[in-house]
Amino acid sequence: MDIFVQQIINGLVLGSIYALVALGYTMVYGIMGLINFAHGEVVMIGAMVAITVIKLLADSGLPGVVIVLIGLFAAAVACMAVGFTIERVAYRPLRKAPKLAPLITAIGVSIVLQNVAMLVWGRNYHSFPPILPTSQHEILGATITSLQVAIVLIAALTMAGLMLLVHRTRLGRAMRATSENPAIAQLMGVDIDRIISLTFVIGSALAALAGLMVSANYSIAHYYMGFILGLKAFTAAVLGGIGNLAGAMLGGILLGLIESLGAGYIGDLTGGFLGSHYQDVFAFFVLICVLVFRPSGLVGEKVAERA
Amino acid sequence: MSIRPLLEARAIAKYFGGVKALHDVSLTIAEGEIYGLIGPNGAGKTTFFNVLTGLYRPDGGELIFAGDKLQASAPHKAARRGIARTFQNIRLFGNMSAMENVMVGRHVRTRAGVLGAVLHNRKTVAEEAAIRRRAEELLHYVDIADRADDLAKHLSYGDQRRLEIARALATDPKLLALDEPAAGMNGAETGELRLLIEGIRKDGVTVLLIEHDVKLVMGLCDHVAVLDYGQKICEDVPAVVQKDPRVIEAYLGGELA
Amino acid sequence: MNAPTRPIFFDALRRNKSTAIAATVALGIVLAALPFLIGSHLGNSWLRILDFALLYIMLALGLNIVVGFAGLLDLGYIAFYAVGAYLYALLASPHFGLHLPVWLIIPAGAALSGIFGVLLGAPTLRLRGDYLAIVTLGFGEIVRIFLNNLNAPINITNGPQGISGIDPIRLGGVTLAKPIDFLGITVPSLHAYYYLFLALALLIVFITIRLENSRIGRAWVAIREDEIAAKACGIDTRNIKLLAFAMGASFGGVAGGLFAGFQAFVSPESFSLMESVMVLCMVVLGGMGNIPGVILGGVLLTLLPEIFRHGAGPVQQAIFGKVLLDPEALRMLLFGLALIVVMLYRPAGLWPSTTRRREFRGDAA
Repeated sequence: MDIFVQQIINGLVLGSIYALVALGYTMVYGIMGLINFAHGEVVMIGAMVAITVIKLLADSGLPGVVIVLIGLFAAAVACMAVGFTIERVAYRPLRKAPKLAPLITAIGVSIVLQNVAMLVWGRNYHSFPPILPTSQHEILGATITSLQVAIVLIAALTMAGLMLLVHRTRLGRAMRATSENPAIAQLMGVDIDRIISLTFVIGSALAALAGLMVSANYSIAHYYMGFILGLKAFTAAVLGGIGNLAGAMLGGILLGLIESLGAGYIGDLTGGFLGSHYQDVFAFFVLICVLVFRPSGLVGEKVAERA
Repeated sequence: MSIRPLLEARAIAKYFGGVKALHDVSLTIAEGEIYGLIGPNGAGKTTFFNVLTGLYRPDGGELIFAGDKLQASAPHKAARRGIARTFQNIRLFGNMSAMENVMVGRHVRTRAGVLGAVLHNRKTVAEEAAIRRRAEELLHYVDIADRADDLAKHLSYGDQRRLEIARALATDPKLLALDEPAAGMNGAETGELRLLIEGIRKDGVTVLLIEHDVKLVMGLCDHVAVLDYGQKICEDVPAVVQKDPRVIEAYLGGELA
Repeated sequence: MNAPTRPIFFDALRRNKSTAIAATVALGIVLAALPFLIGSHLGNSWLRILDFALLYIMLALGLNIVVGFAGLLDLGYIAFYAVGAYLYALLASPHFGLHLPVWLIIPAGAALSGIFGVLLGAPTLRLRGDYLAIVTLGFGEIVRIFLNNLNAPINITNGPQGISGIDPIRLGGVTLAKPIDFLGITVPSLHAYYYLFLALALLIVFITIRLENSRIGRAWVAIREDEIAAKACGIDTRNIKLLAFAMGASFGGVAGGLFAGFQAFVSPESFSLMESVMVLCMVVLGGMGNIPGVILGGVLLTLLPEIFRHGAGPVQQAIFGKVLLDPEALRMLLFGLALIVVMLYRPAGLWPSTTRRREFRGDAA
């Protein structure tokens, strides 16, 4: 039983991070109908910048939480700048091009970011300095660290804030209108170029937060980390119903739970034939099942079929 | 004129949620005639087309075509049985030439598989030549042979309508279903279209026509059915339909006068 | 009458028979002499790259059937390459002690990959566009993960270590792994592989051209252009799409088998998502749906990273006197930039088919 609870906790933490990243994918897809293939790399940039700044300040004598907040701020600024630039350079000129063209530039951007990171930070793993106060708590026979609690809470608060932004503000209304029909939104006086830029910037800020969380949770960051994380988060977005914010969150949490429970129990389920290293198969297997049986995703009602 | 029925629709029903798009629609189209289907916007004409051509599965009723039941929800099988159609909002293969569009229409009447295509055996070569010949004939038939090598999407609106008809005819249909072929055409173009449809009938193809241009329908069709709110309110020769009070009411009296 | 999808180049050849013969002969001489030219001037590493370029051309042509002709976005294509490669590795290596002949394994690899293509296609073809892309991506990753982990409890794939000591390709009792004496000329191994790969690549080009100009090829393009209209024309879209998947996959299977025999080693690492992406880039960057364009894409994207690899270190050395930046990262960085720049300036690819080029002019007007 305690393993079960432990895996649920791990799944929730992992899922919160997936959800934050998935939001970035889903917002861009919702507005432009484009898979921002490079989003995972933005998360990686966030993690690397945060860890670099935090390392620099680790011996400054400031309290750990303050250092982390400064790291987060730096990461957010860097990611927002990167996100903004990606959209301007690689996507905006191709809005009317054949659909596969922006996908290829997205792949190009992804390769560029990865290798810039490799040039700047090298091939080595960077470890997260142990500056945060940690305490462990027992719940139902499982342990949860204060960091894990913080990750889940902050992710939840951030997502709540995003929902408020999208559903309660003028900006949010413009975003929803653009996603519904860009041409009409433009006629109604929405500056869609600005909205799209802002969407990228907001998604990138979320990515920076997610990057910090990943590196803090696993105490590690690496130039190659964005790829598989991005893939998983995209899976989560599709799982929930791409283009749908609530769906991305639900999909993220679900995927986290499925992965960690799957990894914990696959051995028992298959009589030891398959081991926990099949963890990654789960993500894709679930994804394929969802798409085949419910192509619009769990929450998505509007099928993303754009002309 | 033959009185053998080519198509019999028996109590066709189609619902979208709570909306009765078609309700208990029965009609009979005789072989060799031009049959008109009219009605106000949203009356269910295109829905009937989609059921007939297998795009929608009906929620009730059945279709008997040339003596046999039509299998629901299998557009390619409807085409094989001999039902061809055009679309209200023209659906051509935009990045293929006019010629190739018509050649695609021959797909259902030809057989070459991967092996034949790769090996170019005598049968395939002959078949391919026949496809090309037939496509050229049909482009001449609808009078756009000079545009054969142009991309479909670069043709003028009227030519696109003609091309769509040629592509439909390429499937060797027994029944050609035209969904508002005169929409957006001027008087002269409509006149040419009328000649084309009459020619098609003369060549032995039964025509089912959805049309808003009431003058065209009344002048061209042997029988006309009127749909209103998903139900058939009248079916007869044009002269009778024109005077039917229910029809006049459905059209608010204006258009038919 | 020429179908307009046919590239202008071929049209010109067809119009003038003597030009056509001269061009074919010239091309034949160049292709035949190429390995000797490259071998003597640039060395063996470039010969290997040349051999790989031919493998990638086969892959790109296979994927082009699915993406370029039928318009189905497949991001897991490399899985079929993996199937062909592992089939060869399992049936002709000390791993199971089997040493079956090439003429049996390669067709078997094509067939098995084709079956995998149908297996992938059957449940997913209802999906469109991006969704299909993601499912195929997931499929590719699942195949790779299984290759990585099917070493326990029964060792089938030998896990991440991969399978080594794979039999080289043998034709008529002659192994291509050693220099061959042919009519008094000694043909080195890399040259022999080049000629074999070239022959198969030409065969695949031939098959693709024939298919493109057939009833089947037109049906593929019709589905890409408008699926509903294609159905109304009597095309059984499901079967025709499955056929595209199977054909594309079988080309991948052939290339995979050749790869295994050539490398004498396979491991899951060779079949990552990045490889699928690479092949897709070849197709799109070269010119989707246009055979010469796709070939160009295959050649360029094989050569570019290698040119950057060979240039990245020495050029820095020459300019700065030392290597400042990691050459491996630098070459991939340049490669990524090249992808972006080409797409920004040629969104339809470097060599689009005449149809698509016309489409662009039309849109600009």
